[in-house]
Parts: sequence; C-alpha cells; structure tokens
Amino acid sequence: MMHWLKTTTAAAALGIALAAAAPALAADGQGGSITVTYKDDVSTLDPAIGYDWQNFSMIKALFDGLMDYEPGTAKLRPGLAESYDISEDGTVFTFHLRDGVKFHNGRAMTADDVKYSLERTVNPKTQSPGAGFLGSIKGYDEMSGGTADSLSGVKVVDPKTVEITLSRPDATFLSVMALNFSFVVPKEEVEKWGADFGHHPVGTGAFKLTDWTIGQHLTFDRNPDYYREGAPKLDEINFEIGQEPIVSLLRFQNGEIDVPGDGIPPAKFVEVMNNPDLKKLVIEGGQLHTGYVTMNVKMAPFDDVRVRQAVNMAINKARIVQIINNRAVPANQPLPPAMPGYDKSYEGYAYDPEKAKALLAEAGHPDGFETELFVANVDPQPRIAQAIQQDLAAIGIKASIQSLAQANVIAAGGAEDQAPMIWSGGMAWIADFPDPSNFYGPILGCAGAVPGGWNWSWYCNADMDKRAAAADAMVDPAKADERAKVWGGIFTDIMKDAPWAPVFNEQRFTLHSARMGGGDALYVDPVATPMNYRYVTVDDVQ
Amino acid sequence: MLGYLARRLVQAVLILLGVSVVTFALLYLLPADPVRQIAGRSATAQTVENIRRQLGLDQPFLVQYGRYLLGLVQGDLGRSYLQRSEVSDLIAARLPASLLLMAGAIVCELAIGLTMGLVAAVKRGSATDQTLMVGSFVTVSAPQFVVGLLLLYVFAVRLGWFPIGGYGTFRHLVLPSLTLGILGAGWYSRMMRSSMIDVLRQDYIRTARAKGLPRLTVLLRHALPNALLPVIAMIGIDIGLFMSGIVVVESVYGWPGIGQLAWQAIQRIDIPIIMGVTLVSACAIVLGNLLADIVSPFIDPRIRLR
Repeated sequence: MMHWLKTTTAAAALGIALAAAAPALAADGQGGSITVTYKDDVSTLDPAIGYDWQNFSMIKALFDGLMDYEPGTAKLRPGLAESYDISEDGTVFTFHLRDGVKFHNGRAMTADDVKYSLERTVNPKTQSPGAGFLGSIKGYDEMSGGTADSLSGVKVVDPKTVEITLSRPDATFLSVMALNFSFVVPKEEVEKWGADFGHHPVGTGAFKLTDWTIGQHLTFDRNPDYYREGAPKLDEINFEIGQEPIVSLLRFQNGEIDVPGDGIPPAKFVEVMNNPDLKKLVIEGGQLHTGYVTMNVKMAPFDDVRVRQAVNMAINKARIVQIINNRAVPANQPLPPAMPGYDKSYEGYAYDPEKAKALLAEAGHPDGFETELFVANVDPQPRIAQAIQQDLAAIGIKASIQSLAQANVIAAGGAEDQAPMIWSGGMAWIADFPDPSNFYGPILGCAGAVPGGWNWSWYCNADMDKRAAAADAMVDPAKADERAKVWGGIFTDIMKDAPWAPVFNEQRFTLHSARMGGGDALYVDPVATPMNYRYVTVDDVQ
Repeated sequence: MLGYLARRLVQAVLILLGVSVVTFALLYLLPADPVRQIAGRSATAQTVENIRRQLGLDQPFLVQYGRYLLGLVQGDLGRSYLQRSEVSDLIAARLPASLLLMAGAIVCELAIGLTMGLVAAVKRGSATDQTLMVGSFVTVSAPQFVVGLLLLYVFAVRLGWFPIGGYGTFRHLVLPSLTLGILGAGWYSRMMRSSMIDVLRQDYIRTARAKGLPRLTVLLRHALPNALLPVIAMIGIDIGLFMSGIVVVESVYGWPGIGQLAWQAIQRIDIPIIMGVTLVSACAIVLGNLLADIVSPFIDPRIRLR
C-alpha cells in the first residue's frame, strides 16, 4: 500500500502526456467542463448563510455583490455597482448600479434588491453568521435587536442608485460589500422557497445551479447573460460529493477528475511533492492565515513583557514547519505575507534560546516556571504543541499540554483566567476578507478581549485601538496603500508587547489537471478556494 | 400471533423512546456548543444568543426533549442546523442508497459465508477446512476501512474492473457490498460450519445415505435446510452490524447513503441529523429483529410465537 502512488503515477503521467499533446482549440479559453470532488455535502448555497470554505467560493460563482475582486488578487473592483462615490467624511457610500444585470430567473436587478438583500442578512430571523460584518451600517443595532424591520442607513434613491449611510467611517466597507453576506438575492425567489432557498439559489452570478442531487452531485451551468464580458470561461462545472480525499487523489491520477476540492490528503503530501509528474500540477500560494501561540497577559508570569519576548525567541519555527512537511512558512508578525500591510522589512524575534534564557532571568525566573499550553486535539496540532513544549523546556519553561476538543479550547481562551498559553492551530486565524483590520479587532483589540471572545491573550491596548480606529477611518480608496502601511505599523508595534508568538503562515496547495489553465494565480486566489471558478479554463475545448 | 405482534410493537416503541432519550441526553451533555458551529467565528455575541433562542437551545433539557418528542410523534424530525433543510428530506434522499448497499452486502455475505461454511463442514478437519476457518477469522478481524481501500486499489485502480467509488450502476455496487459483506461472511461461515456439522451427525442423515441417496442430494435437500435455520435468524441481527459498517464503507466508496450523512453531522454537531439517523437506524435494527422472529416459524414449524 505504501507504493500505490509510485506505481500508479506512471499510468497517470502517460495520460497527462497524451492530454498535453492534444491541440488547444479554443484560443480565448471559452467552453468546456470540469469535475471537482468534495468529501462533505454542500450544506447550503444561500449567500447570507453559507460560511464554510467549500460553499463560500461556490456561492461566489452563483451570486454577485456590489463590489468584486480582480481575479487572482486581493484588489477590489466594482461589481454589480458600476461606480461608487464616498462622502468627504467617509460615512455615505453611493453605489451606481450597472445596466442590464439580470437574475437567473430573467428579472432585472434593481436597487430595491440590494436593500432587500442587506436587510435580509441583518434580520435576526435569517440567522446569518455574517450579520455582524454589516455592523457599521446605520440602523444595524435597531434591526438586529429586533426594534426595527429595516436598515435606516440603506436608501434607494432610484432603481439604479443605492445610498448607504454608516454610523462610523469604515474603510473596510467596500470589502464587506464584496463579501458573500452582502450578495444580492431576488426577493420573489427567497419568498418562494423560504428556508429552502439555499438549495434553490437564484442570483446574478456567472453560473447557475441546474442540478443538485443531495449527497451525490451538483451541476453549475454557464450563465449566458452574465454581466461581465469574457466570464465565465467554463460552460459547466460538475461537483461530485462524498469522495474521500484519498479516493479523489486516486481518481485524479486516473484522469477522472480535474480538481480534488479537499486538496492533497496530508498523509500523501510528501509522496505527491516528491513525484515530479504530480508536483508540476500543484500550485502553491499564500493563505490569509497565521498560526500563533497566545500568552494571556492577565495571568502571571505572562503579565511580564520580558517573559513573552523570551517565549518568542525560544520557539524554533523552522523545525515546526518541517514537522508539518513544509506546508507553511515561518512567521514573525501577526499579518500573513499575502495580506496588504505585511511588513517585509520587519525582522521580529530571531530564534535565540540563550538570549531568551537571559531575558527570563532578568524577569526573575532564572530557573523557568511551570505553565500550561492548550491545544486542539486534532492532528497535527498536538505534535506542534509538543515541539513548542520542547523548545520551551530548553529555556526552563515546563509547559504541560492540555489537548482538548476544539470547542473546549475556544471556551478556555474566551475566559480571562483559564489558558495561560494556547496554540491557535486548527482554530484561528484565517481572514474573512483581505484587509488587515480583520486581523486586529476580534483577536488583538479590546473588543475581542471579552468573555467568549477570540482575543485569547487578553491584550487590550487603548493606544492601539485608537490607531486602529484612525486607520479604518481612512476611507478614500486612493489612500489604500497608505492605510495598509499604517496597519502594518500597528502590528509590528504590537509585537513589541509580544502578546503572541507568531509561528507560521499556512500555505495553500491546489492540485489541478494538466488540461486546466487560466493562470496560476486563479488557483491560489486569496478570496476563493480551491480556485476562482469564474476564470479558470480548460485547453481541450472542442 | 397477533397478540405477539402487538406486544413486540409496543416493545419496539419503548426501545425507540429509550434510544431517543439516551442520544438526546448525550448530545445535550456534549461540551461543544452547536450554536457556535452555526454562528461561525465572526458572529457577535448578540447573533449567537439570537440563534440560540430561535432554536430553543436556551431551554432546559426536558423542554428541549419534550419539543423534539412532540415533533417526532407528528412525524417531524426537525430541520438540520447547518444544511437548513428538513432532516426527513435529507434521510429520504439517502436511505435508498443505504438499503441497496445493505441488500448487496447480505447477498455477498450469504453467498460467501454459506459456501465457505458448507465446504468447511463437509471437509471437516482437512487443510481446506483449516484454511477457510483462518480466512474467516481474518475477514472478521480486518478493519473495513483498510479492506475497502485495498479492494478499491486492486480491483478498481489497478485492474480497472470497477469504477473508483461512486454510485449509480451495478458495477458501482459490487465493491462496497463486498467490503460490507465480507465481515459478516466470516461470521456466517463459522455458524454455518458448526450448524452443518451438527446436522450431519443426525440419524436421519445416516438414514438418507443408507437409503442410497446420492451424497449431494443428502447435503442440499436434507441437511442444508435444517442447518440454515439458525443462520436465517442472524440476518435480522446483521442489520445492526451493517449500520455501523456503512459509516465507514460509504465514506471510502463515496456511496451517498445515511452513513455519510451521520458522519458529517457528528463532526459538526448537527443535532437534528444525528438524532434522525440514530432513530432510523434503531428502527431498522428493531424491525430486522422482529422480521427474523416472525419469519422463523414459517421456515421451521417447530417454532411457535407466543
């Protein structure tokens, strides 16, 4: 069984070579179909509700928001809105809608649909996990609290114009308008299907759902009336559901499928990467993810910044990256490299156990101390925690590992005096949208340092909160770069207080068949997994 | 007979009630919070509480269970937390696939198990017998995940005789049925062997042989029907075994049955689905046992139901 891959790849490689020899008939890359496999059922395709990495990108293929991203990048561009104006003070956004955008049912999309969709997400009855993202819209509190049944901040000026007033300036608002939770849905279809709308999605998107057999497969067909020229490229996407990742890999090697949606199974990762024929079909890219160790600044001895800095210097990140087969890159700051604002020049705390020991002694712990390290009990997290444990032992810190179910670790982190240290792996943090502020508020700001919150180091620095608010008030899109720099500075300054020891940033590895193309960036798209369905192509279109 | 049936049905209802209480209580006691799963990590505390209230998960255990039971007697299994569809629809969409797989598995285990047992009994004490019995021991002990992947690799990937997982045609059915059935085949071969050996020792077999009947006729006409009796009763009990097996086998082969549904629901604490699948499985087990008992007197007139 150990040699399955080695022996089967010869056949697969032959198939690939034959496919490559076939002439590429469609120069513009339009047409063709692909097959993508997943293990788990697609839970829902309702944009207000779907919030897992599998359905999130599928929903992006079926629906659109006012804003959109340049394919393969984190750069915003207008979507259903053709253009927008922002008031001087950054609190009023006026969106001018495109002409001729139609829902899959043929009806033209209007400003009323935009208002309806935003209000539907905020409406407590919808139970949307993303309602909070719309929190800066004026009237949000009243509507989510149940005292109002519409958003006072959303005004339909005319069928082609929506004016959205915010209760505070919010530079992330355009990103939020590109998030699934603000995608536009047709009221009549939502009312027709009720709670089952998620299984009968109707949007304006590049594809439309034409078939869904529960537990077996879904078919997305090209929307010929899609508003954006030249998209989508494919005629059809077939999703096959219920396939173990390892079986998907076998089928991939057999040339039966184009993309194993769940990726390369961890147990086969080294084998795939050591196989030259397979490796060239793997696209590697960054993820908006950071794995870190939190240190609870409210619990001794981590209330001493020197102790926290010492921990930062004690962890051998390169070795931990090896433990997970190089599926990540070492990190030195909270932001991942793929995030705007990441400071390339920042050096962080280099691995230096001697200096760490000295710092510990200076802090009054020449012989170290005993503490606890909490970790989710799913492989490889406990193994990573053990490596951290060894590194800490080398400078005298005896950390006992508390390996618990994920939900229990999250609960311990959300309590003020439970978890001195937590390894965040498997739980936190991946950004919802490519904006640095998404890495601050919930996990490093005062707002998250509350019972049940995600700021597990309980770090609350009023000065940083002020700087964060100032950065988010820089609403002018022309100042985006400047704003990103300000954010970068906030994060590197936070590292002086060292509430975290950033350990690594996970990388993405997308495996795709040789017949697929469109540009590597589409397969590591920062806002789509496993790929940007709208722009990928196949090269053997007849 | 009717009195017997009525009594058994009342028992069945009590068993199902017991299963529902125990499962519901276990899910209630889970430290993980289903509302957090639904709300996602970006939800505000307000959203979390709002969802908890709407689903009634802020109520005490008895109220929650009472509500569930009330729905249940009206035939309402509730709505999945994460898929947001009716649990009964989800189960109905997947149950036929599971039943088909079980039917296939029963055919496989009977065909393999009975043949092995019969041959072993006739060749009792020989090398064939010993090989077969060691073989049965291996099939009973082999983990289904491994057997499944092994069969898949050899017969689908290498030899290409069958598709690599999936659902739809007879060819798709063979490997999953075999994987699921091979476990039971081991049991059946051992039962069949000992049952057959018992029967072959009986006087009437000797009489039949003494009459000059051919050996094969004696085996198939006289010995087999009697030896089969205790084995038939096993099939009903088997369904319980299958219910645990399908979770693994359906995963390996991408078979769209309720086993996969249960597995996904457990990982995401989707309580209504877990409850629904558990109750449907319990129903199947109870019915299987009942059927085995009802059928027995028809096969063996010596058995009376009272």
